[in-house]
Amino acid sequence: MTTDILIIGAGITGTALAREISRYDVSCVVIDRACDVAEGATKANSGIVHAGYDAVPGTLKAKYNVAGAAEYPGLCRELGVPYRRCGALVIGFDEADEASLRNLLERGIRNGVEGLRILDHDAVLKMEPNLNPEVRSALYIPTSAIVSPYEMAFALADDAALNGVAFRFNQPVRSVERTNGGYWKICTDTDQYECRAVVNCAGASGAEIHNMISDIPVEMIHRRGQYYLLDRAEHQPFAMTVFQCPSRMGKGVLVSPTVHGNLLLGPTAEDIDDPLDTATTAEGLADILQKAGRTWPGISTRTNITNFSGIRAHLTTDDFMVGPVSGCENAYEAIGIESPGLSSAPAIAGDLCRMIAGEMKWNRKADDRIRPVPVREKAFSSMTAEERAGMVRKDPLYGNIICRCETVTEAEIRQAVRRPVGARTIDGVKRRTRAGMGRCQGGFCLPRVAAIIAEETGCSLAEVTKDGGNSRILAEPLDAFLKGGGDRE
Amino acid sequence: MSDRQVDILIIGAGPAGLAAAIAARESGVGSVLILERENEPGGILRQCIHNGFGLHRFQEELTGPEYAARDIARVRDLGIPVECGTTVLTLSPDRVATCVSPANGFQTIRAKAVILAMGCRERPRGALCTPGTRCAGIYSAGTAQRFVNLEGWMPGRRVVILGSGDIGLIMARRMTLQGAKVLACVEIMPYSSGLNRNIVQCLEDYGIPLYLSHTVTNIRGRERLEGVTVSRVDERRNPVSGTEIEFDCDTLLLSCGLIPENELSLGAGVKLSGATSGAVVDDSLETSVPGIFACGNVLHVHDLVDHVSAESFRAGRAAADFVRSGKQEDSLIEVADGDGVRGTVPQLIRKNTDGDVSLMFRPSAVFRNSTAVVECGGQTVCSRKALVFTPGEMATVVLKKDVIRTLSGNRITVRIERN
Repeated sequence: MTTDILIIGAGITGTALAREISRYDVSCVVIDRACDVAEGATKANSGIVHAGYDAVPGTLKAKYNVAGAAEYPGLCRELGVPYRRCGALVIGFDEADEASLRNLLERGIRNGVEGLRILDHDAVLKMEPNLNPEVRSALYIPTSAIVSPYEMAFALADDAALNGVAFRFNQPVRSVERTNGGYWKICTDTDQYECRAVVNCAGASGAEIHNMISDIPVEMIHRRGQYYLLDRAEHQPFAMTVFQCPSRMGKGVLVSPTVHGNLLLGPTAEDIDDPLDTATTAEGLADILQKAGRTWPGISTRTNITNFSGIRAHLTTDDFMVGPVSGCENAYEAIGIESPGLSSAPAIAGDLCRMIAGEMKWNRKADDRIRPVPVREKAFSSMTAEERAGMVRKDPLYGNIICRCETVTEAEIRQAVRRPVGARTIDGVKRRTRAGMGRCQGGFCLPRVAAIIAEETGCSLAEVTKDGGNSRILAEPLDAFLKGGGDRE
Repeated sequence: MSDRQVDILIIGAGPAGLAAAIAARESGVGSVLILERENEPGGILRQCIHNGFGLHRFQEELTGPEYAARDIARVRDLGIPVECGTTVLTLSPDRVATCVSPANGFQTIRAKAVILAMGCRERPRGALCTPGTRCAGIYSAGTAQRFVNLEGWMPGRRVVILGSGDIGLIMARRMTLQGAKVLACVEIMPYSSGLNRNIVQCLEDYGIPLYLSHTVTNIRGRERLEGVTVSRVDERRNPVSGTEIEFDCDTLLLSCGLIPENELSLGAGVKLSGATSGAVVDDSLETSVPGIFACGNVLHVHDLVDHVSAESFRAGRAAADFVRSGKQEDSLIEVADGDGVRGTVPQLIRKNTDGDVSLMFRPSAVFRNSTAVVECGGQTVCSRKALVFTPGEMATVVLKKDVIRTLSGNRITVRIERN
C-alpha cells in the first residue's frame, strides 16, 4: 500500500494528527498494532485535561499542555465528546507540601494558567467536605477539566476517516526502512506500506519505533498506572479532581469524578519491563487504597466496577519529543507523550501537522471539501422523557434496552458498529456506548452485544472478540464442541 | 406519549412477578399489567434447565422452564397481559412508571399499586477486585448458563469456578456434561454458599474438587484467559503466600453472590436494607413507599424458587388489598438481626397482621445442633431447632399471629444459639 503519509499509532496523538492531516490534499493511512483506536494509554489514564500548572516552564510539556487544554472545550463541542470543567485541588498536609503548592502556583502563573489560588484548611474543606480534615492547604485550579479520553480519540478518528484517512488495525510494525526511491517502507506482520512521510505516534512503542527509524536511540521507561473505577452515583463524595503533591514519579494518586459520573482512584507508578503488561496486581491495588485513603478517609471500594491499568511512555529526557526525527528525512515523531499528553494532543497535532505540511509543501483542501462530523445524538441514558419518546418514535430500536445498567439501546449499539471507524469488538462497543460499562459488567448484555456485532459485521459468534486478537468470547456451538471431543484438544 | 392507567403494575415476569400477578388477579383486582424486559416471560428460570424446582410447591421435581410454564399458563388463563421486550426506565414515588419497547414505544403508566419483581444480578469480577489481566474468558456463572442453555454455545473448554453459589455449582455439572473439563471450584469461605444437594450432585458426583478457604489471587492471559492462581486464605480471608496452586484454564466462572437489582426502587425513594440490599418491607411486603411492594430476589436473594412464589403470592394479595382499601395504619414491630443471623425479612411486622409471619433469614455461618430464637424484651417468644443452619440455605421461623398480638415491646430480635 502506498500513501503520502503514514501515522503509526491510533491513540489520542495519532488520531488528532490524522484529523489535522485530513484537511490537506494528501493520502494518509493510520496503522495500529491493536484492533481499535485508543487501545493503549489513551483508554487507560485519568481522563484529566490538566490546566498546565505542573509542567516545568520552557518544556514542550508546558507549551503543549496550556495550548492543548485551551482547544478542548471547542473541540469537544464540535465533536460531541463529553467534557466538564470540574476544577481541581492539589492538597498539602504539612509545611513542605505547602512549599511545593506555592512552587506549583508560581509555575502555573509562569505557564499562563488562570485563576489559580491557594486555599486554607477551612476553605478547602468547605469545597470538598469529604476530604481528609488533616489537610493544611490546597492549590485550587478552577480550569482543570475532565474528558472521556477514548471517546475523544474515537471522535477524532471518525472525523479523519470521514475526510479520507484510512485506518488499518492489527498492524504491529516489524521494520521501518528507507527505500532508494526516497520512500519509507514499513513492514507489519501482514502488510507493507510505502509512504513519503512517516510519523511515529506509537505511545508505549514510541521508542522502539524511533530506534527503527533513527540511528540515535532514545530510551523509554514504561511506567504502569493502576486504577479503581467506582460505580456511578448521583452524588459522588468529590466534585473536583483531587491530587496530592506531585513527586518525581508523577502527579501522584488522585481521586476524581469522571464525565460519566463514576469515581476514579489511582494511578500507581511502577516501572515495568514489558510495555504491554497492563495487568493489575494485589500490591498495586493495595497501594492505591492506602494513598487515596489519605485524600479520602471514608474511602470505600464496595461499589468498585473494575480495576485497570495503563502504561505511561516516559522518556529518560523527561519531556515530549515532537517534530522531525533528527537526521532522517521525512520522518516525524510525537513520543514520550505521557501526562499531560491527553491535554496536549490537540496542540501537538496542530503544530506537527503545520510543520509537516510546510516541509512537504502540501495544499490545504478548500473549506467546502471538508466534511463535518455529523452531530452525534445525545446518549439515550441522558435524554429527557420527551426526547426518549421522540427517539423511539423515529427508530423503534431505541426502545430495545440492551444494557440495563447504563441504559444503552440497540440503536446506539448498531450505530457504534456503523461509525466511520466502527466498533468490531465487545470492548469497542463498550467504550463507544457504555454497554457493559456498568455495575453488572456486561453479565446481562454480553450475549446480546455479541449477537449484534456478529450480525452487523457478518461474522460468526465464534469470531467475536472481547478486544481483538485471540480474545474470543466463545469456544464452539454445543454440538460441534461435543463432536470435537470437548476439552481434549 | 401515551399515558395508561392500571390497578397493579408488576415489574418483571420472572417467578416473582408471575406469582404476584396471579394472586392479585385471584384477589379480584381488575387490571393487572406485567412488564418484562426480556422477550419471553419466565425470568432466570428460562435458562435453568436442570431439575429440582417445585419440590415444596408442587411436590414434583420440575425443570426451571417447566416450573415457569405453569405460572405462565395460569397468567394467560387469567387474562393478565404480559408485555415483553419492555424495559421500565423510571419509577416515581407516586407510582408513575416510564418504559420503552420497540413495539409500543415510550409509555407512561400510572398504577394504584406497584410490585417490584426485578430479580437480582451476579457480583462481577470488579466487585471482587481480583488482580491480573482483563482478558476474555471470565464470565459470571449465569452469563455462561445463558450462553450454554439459551444460545447453544460453549464459552470455553477448561474451567475454574470461583465461588460456590448454586449457579456456579450447577454450571460445573452442566459444563462437564457438555464435554468441558472443570478443574476446580474455589470458595473463599470455609463453607459453601450453595445448597448441599448441589455440592453432592454437581461436584462430588463428577469428581470436581472443592477448595474451601481458597480464592483466585491472579488472572493470566493477555487475550483469552490462560490460567489462574488459587491461594489459601487465612481466617481474615487474606491470601497466604506459599499456598499458590496454578490452574491452566481458558474459562473462569464467577459465582460469588447475587445482588438484588434495586435501581428503580431507589429512584422511587424506596428505603433499602444494608443487610439484604433489598427493600425494607413489612409483613405485607410493602416497602417504605406506600403502595409499592417487593417480592422475590429483588427483595432478598432466595435459595429456592418455591419460596419466591410463596412470598410473591402474599405480595400480590397485599397489593390487591391496598388497591381496594388503601393504606391501613398500624403500629409496627421492628425485626432486628441478632447473633448468627443476617438479613431477616420482613424487617417490620404490623401489630394487627392478619396471619402468621414467616421470618426468613440467612445464617451468617454454619451452626450445628442449634436453635433459632426470636426474642422480645429479653423473653423468648418463639424458637426453632435444627440439626444445621447454613448460609447456603434460607432459614425460617414462623411467628404466630396470636403471639404477635401479645408482644409487649416494639422490637424483636432473631438470633441463633448453639444447643
